[in-house]
This record gives sequence, structure tokens and C-alpha cells, in this order.
Amino acid sequence: MSASQTLRPDLAVIADQIGAGTRLLDIGCGDGALMAELEQAKQVDARGMELDPAKVERCVARGLSVVQGDADRDLANYPNKAFDYAVMSLTLQTSQRPDMLLEEMLRVGTTVFVSFPNFAHWKTRTALMFGGRMPVTRALPISWYATENIHHVTIADFKQLAKEKGAEISRAWFFANERAISPLGANWRAEFAVFELSKRQD
Amino acid sequence: MPNATASKVYALTDTLPLDSGQELSGAEIAYETYGELAADKSNAVLICHALTGDQYVASTHPVTGKPGWWDRMVGPGKPIDTSRHFVICANVIGSCMGSTGPASSGADGQPYAMGFPVITIRDMVRGIIALLDGLGIERLHAVVGGSMGGMQALSLAANWPDRAERVLVIASTARHSAQNIAFHELGRQAIMADPAWAGGDYYGGDAKPDNGLAVARMAAHITYLSEEGLTEKFGRRLQDRDEKSFGFEADFQVESYLRYQGSGFTQRFDANSYLYITRAMDYFDLAEEHGGRLADAFIGTSARFCLISFDTDWLYPTAESRHIVHALNAAGAKVSFVELSANAGHDSFLLEHDQLDRVVQGFIE
Repeated sequence: MSASQTLRPDLAVIADQIGAGTRLLDIGCGDGALMAELEQAKQVDARGMELDPAKVERCVARGLSVVQGDADRDLANYPNKAFDYAVMSLTLQTSQRPDMLLEEMLRVGTTVFVSFPNFAHWKTRTALMFGGRMPVTRALPISWYATENIHHVTIADFKQLAKEKGAEISRAWFFANERAISPLGANWRAEFAVFELSKRQD
Repeated sequence: MPNATASKVYALTDTLPLDSGQELSGAEIAYETYGELAADKSNAVLICHALTGDQYVASTHPVTGKPGWWDRMVGPGKPIDTSRHFVICANVIGSCMGSTGPASSGADGQPYAMGFPVITIRDMVRGIIALLDGLGIERLHAVVGGSMGGMQALSLAANWPDRAERVLVIASTARHSAQNIAFHELGRQAIMADPAWAGGDYYGGDAKPDNGLAVARMAAHITYLSEEGLTEKFGRRLQDRDEKSFGFEADFQVESYLRYQGSGFTQRFDANSYLYITRAMDYFDLAEEHGGRLADAFIGTSARFCLISFDTDWLYPTAESRHIVHALNAAGAKVSFVELSANAGHDSFLLEHDQLDRVVQGFIE
């Protein structure tokens, strides 16, 4: 069974992995599209955190449990393993400290899903190499001075960070032109990546 | 007065036990209702009023003749929709709009005055629970409150966790801070310093402590507004004059406004009620009631919570709402929270605010 076709591709692939009746925290949940889909289709107990009050308002107005908060600061208040899943889509690269944020996600969620735009995509590389300027691409559409993406990250960087944090990557999905692509040469070819990971059991 | 109605009054069948260890016998609760209660009694929404509020949430006030204090929020087709929900708003015990308070007569037929027992927020809610029992309402669709009303909503959720499905807390707090207590003490001392207060025994006499009560209201009113709001509304503009008087008339518009607020308030509120209710708010500390850990107040709750704060509210600032949200997260409760932008300070919850309306409507359903 596939999740709603209306979801963004990275959210759709995450939605497909979530078990029915589980507890999920969506960090940077935006307008709550993933939460609404999962509550409706899989009776998931979904909670959200979102920085933008206008988006929180829209979530609450559609009946979702969303807290206005800053993931860099407010995850600390959740107990260990409070959720079966902690999800963060296209938000890691906007964090003040992505490393600490990932650590917190691994603490509050048994399984973690993270998606982000891959800064090592060939278009970004060529724009920087030949243009000599910070790339403005479809995946990263905003100029360097205005972008919320303050910590650009590549697929190779993320794998390294996961390793440093003692996390095991169990699955990964890669996207270009809004379509899934093979993992072959993903750090060159993928515009976006989704990783499933969890804290290694020592 | 147009459309003003005398409230329904519920006489409690049992004595009301109080947190102080005392009890209140023969207590009455005055309340208003709006809309129709469904046959299965599943559509009841309880609205809890603030310090100087009353049960006239969406109907004309019998003394002032003004529209209900939340008329813009409650009514047919409004965010709290009385064409779908049965809305109940009760005057809290200790107040003076028909529920038993210091101005009511005790067993000896004389007004309680300062003989009225000191009450708490939980005692107020205990009274309201007795009313709900009387109305046969086991489980509320929602309990809603702003400011002190939010404290009651939290107290209800913590102490009677099966009685409400949804808990909406606006511009409120789980405990009174030292600053909150300080402002209340200022108000109480103003009342008690008025010779007409006479140790609280002014009922039936010629004079009431109106001067003291007005000063208390003026001080409190400042805490309900923001500096930004005051500057925008009054600035340094003069009242009905072109020059400063070099005297102590109300030269400035803001002075005139506060004097008006103070004297208007004395027409509709009892000074002793003001003492008792501010005391109840000062005693409020929901964590203290639950072993010192706020999260423990909400362990095992199945209710959904929504908290709303305003960025210019310095009486119960956003940090207080966040504190509650963190406790609810720690307790695993379903909670939403949003800080809204408004320039009117604490009073913003009573004023026009489209985002507030949408959040309230979305949460209440």
C-alpha cells in the first residue's frame, strides 16, 4: 500500500514505512501533511513541532497536536524513547546544531527518519566549481544570504555524522527530479535523500 | 437594561469541602447557558471566567448593560459555536454575580464579609464540578479558559481528568509568580487602606471601599496591557486640554483612562470578592498540588490540550505556557501550543484576533 500521492516524495516514502497505531513525532512538521495522512490512514498518534506560528495555527485548526517550538532547544523536554518514530524532513540543514539535534532525535525516537537536500548533487557542484558562487538550484532555491539552510550537508557527511553518533543506518532512499533513483553514485546524482536510522544497541 | 437576564442558580445539594480544610454549606452557583444540550449530553463546553469576569460570557451584563465579555468568541456560527455546542459559564464561588461569596449571607443571616473562608482555584472548580453533576454532564466536550479561567481549566484537567475531552488554556499559567503575587498584594493593600473597607464590614453601610477598589483595578489594568499598546493608544497625549495643568488633574489621556476603568469597575464588583479571588490566584501552583512536579499533574490524562500565549503578555508570558507544554509532553499528553502576535498584552485574548479565532475553532471542532 502506498501513502497518499499528494505527499511530497520524501514524506510519501517515510509514510510508507510507519506502522499502524504507533507514536510519531514530526519535527519541523510544516502544515502537518504527513501527520494528517498518518492519523487518518494508519491511526498513528502523531505529534508535531514547528517553528513558524502561522503553520502551527493551520495544524491546530485541522485538529493536529502541534507545538510551536525550536527543535534545537525544545526536544530536551521529551522523555527517552517517547516515540516509536522521530521524523525530520528537510529541516536538519536549518538547525543551529544538526549534530546535537540528531542525537536528541535518536534519544526520543526508537527509529529516526531524516530527509535533506544533498549539497553534493552534481548541479550544486558544477555551479560552485564553474560559477564560483553559492549555488541556487531547484533543490536549494534561495540565495546564500536569505536561505534558512545554514548547515549544508551531503549524503557522505550525513553517513559520517550518523556513524559518529553511534547510529546504524538501516535503509536509505534517494530522489532526483522528484523520482526515486538507485543508490548508485547517490552523492553525485541525488537531489534529496531519506535515511532510516536508529541508535546502535551496544 | 436590554436583554439582561437574571442567571439560573444551582443550589449545591452537599456542603462544598475546601482546600483550607473548611467547608461551605448552602453554596449556590449562578450560571448562564447557551445553545442546546444534546440528548447524549456530549456537546457541553464549559467556559471559565477570569478574575473580574462573570457568567455573562455572551449575554448582556445586567449591571453595565454591555455585551458579554467574550461575545465575539461565543455564539451561533462563532468560533465556539452555540448552534452546535451547549456552552456553560458559571460565576466562581467567592465572586459577586450570584454565586456564593463574601457578600452572601452566612448561617447567621449576615454577610460573610471576611468570615468567608479563603478559597483556591481548585475550590472554584470543585463548585463547578458540583454544578456539572447537577446538570448530569459527565464529560465535557471541552473546557476553555483565559487567564484565571485557564487556571481553572488546568485544575479541572489535573484533578478531574475524566471530565473533559479537550482543554483549552489561553494566556494563563500553572503558578503565580512572585511578580504576579506582588501586583495582587498591591491591589489588596489599596482596598484595605481605604477607611471605608472597615475590616470588610461595609455591607449595608453608607460607604463602600470604592476608592481602594478603583486603585486596585487601575494597578491591575496596567498589567493587562502592553507598553506598546499603551503608547499606541495614548502616547503622551493630554486629556481635554492643550497645556499641562501644573497640578494633579488627569492631564494625560492614560490617567483619565485608568481613572475611568477604576471607577467603572466599582459599579460592578465587590471589594471583598476582589480580595478573595486574588488570594486564590496567588495560592495557585498546580505542581505543588502534585508533589512538586507539574508533569505528574497530567500523568495518564487522555484529554487533548491546547495552549495559546501572546507575545506582548508580560503578566503570564509565553514562558509560562511553554512550561505547561513541557510538562504535558513529559506526561505524554496530546498538546498543541502556539504563541500569537498581538500588541494588546494580556488582554489580547479578549480582543479581535483572527488567528486566535481559527485556533479556537479548529481545536474545539
